[in-house]
Amino acid sequence: MATRQRRDYGLLGEDGRSAVEAGLANADWYRVPVERKRLKELMRRHDTTAIIHTVIWLGLIAGLGTLTVVTWLSWWTLLIAVPYGMLWALGGDSRCHEAGHGTAFRTRWMNDVVFQIGCFMTLREPLVRRWDHTRHHTDTIIVGRDREIIEERPPRVVHFVLLWTGLPMVVPQVWGMLRHSVGHIAEDEKQLIPESEWPKMLRQARIILAVHAGTIAVAIALGTILPLMLTSFATLYGAWAIFWVGLTQHVGLAEDVTDFRLNSRTVHMNPWLRFCYWNMHYHLEHHMYPMVPFHALKELHEEVRDQCPPTYRSTFQVYRAEIIPALRRQLKDPEYYIHRPLPDAA
Amino acid sequence: MSNWTRACGTDDIDNEDVIPVAIDGHDYAVYRSPDDDYFATDGHCTHEAFLLAEGLVMDNIIECPKHNGRFDYTTGEGKGAPICEDLRTYPVKVEGGSVYIDLG
Repeated sequence: MATRQRRDYGLLGEDGRSAVEAGLANADWYRVPVERKRLKELMRRHDTTAIIHTVIWLGLIAGLGTLTVVTWLSWWTLLIAVPYGMLWALGGDSRCHEAGHGTAFRTRWMNDVVFQIGCFMTLREPLVRRWDHTRHHTDTIIVGRDREIIEERPPRVVHFVLLWTGLPMVVPQVWGMLRHSVGHIAEDEKQLIPESEWPKMLRQARIILAVHAGTIAVAIALGTILPLMLTSFATLYGAWAIFWVGLTQHVGLAEDVTDFRLNSRTVHMNPWLRFCYWNMHYHLEHHMYPMVPFHALKELHEEVRDQCPPTYRSTFQVYRAEIIPALRRQLKDPEYYIHRPLPDAA
Repeated sequence: MSNWTRACGTDDIDNEDVIPVAIDGHDYAVYRSPDDDYFATDGHCTHEAFLLAEGLVMDNIIECPKHNGRFDYTTGEGKGAPICEDLRTYPVKVEGGSVYIDLG
């Protein structure tokens, strides 16, 4: 049994300093070459696809929300909560992600609006989210540099079980909002977020908290938790979907490497999951070329697939073949990780 | 004092695109706008020094390929997070089918 000490995944720890000294911070990453002309075609923006997706997405939320009101406190409500929670939490998470990159729409304000909606649905502060995700793309799964590493090595069993309730995601986010609303900025946030952005961050936290307080006030005034079930509670009961697909992105793969093919997965998913997830199942491709919009990732996948490890058939395959066995093994051997096979010519 | 230096041919850049140009060990990005005007900036993003010429030109905006940071390449103005510092621009002139940058 390995005796490795638990590493420090925080931004202020020894592992973060070691990563900088080892040249793993802001490093030069390998990307499968794509000819410039073809890449420009793939990066091309337009509004139509994202508008259609957004109208359907918000329309489904409105429709299922109305059904929730109509069937409130019947067994139907529970049934409706499954797709509603997925559309709210996973849909919000992925829209927040893609619009945050600014690639979903060509028109900037559309990206900004959908980004704000997605952040609200996932109880995130937009500015914190933006800087966290920027770092995630700079230093993907570099220990001590990337705050978006979902599971550590060795895995934290209680944390892993609680993940499916959404609490390990939501509690620190809400606590962060509360801290920011009274002007407190944590030391790791000071390292991550430029000082020029701090006043905006504090202002955003106060506005978001006021909106959520307003929802609570409406619930109290109406004498029902229904307004919360349709908003902030939906983040919690839909969180399982965020993690069902989210864990497939990187969990169990290598840490501290500078080749996305070794630390990121592309997993085929069914049309419903692909819609909710806005095609982020092409996650390896997204990390290599984050400028490529969600609707062109399939084409990018075809361009680079012969230089990448095999694609997984389904989320179930990833969990059964890799994530669960890897996490179990990492409990005993934290050094263990899955070695992704690279093509010979790569 | 002007120091006009040839950067590239006018046909080396597609319409609404950018190319990298290295002069005396310094990286520049040279742009051709949708209106066929030419512009030049420093070659690296002010955020994390990624090469801008690998990014996407849309109208008068260059978007960094790493974190989607955006600049107006005609003025160098950063257009919001993660950009906190504007981009240096250089005067450009076109003569005899070549693009010249004033390196000052």
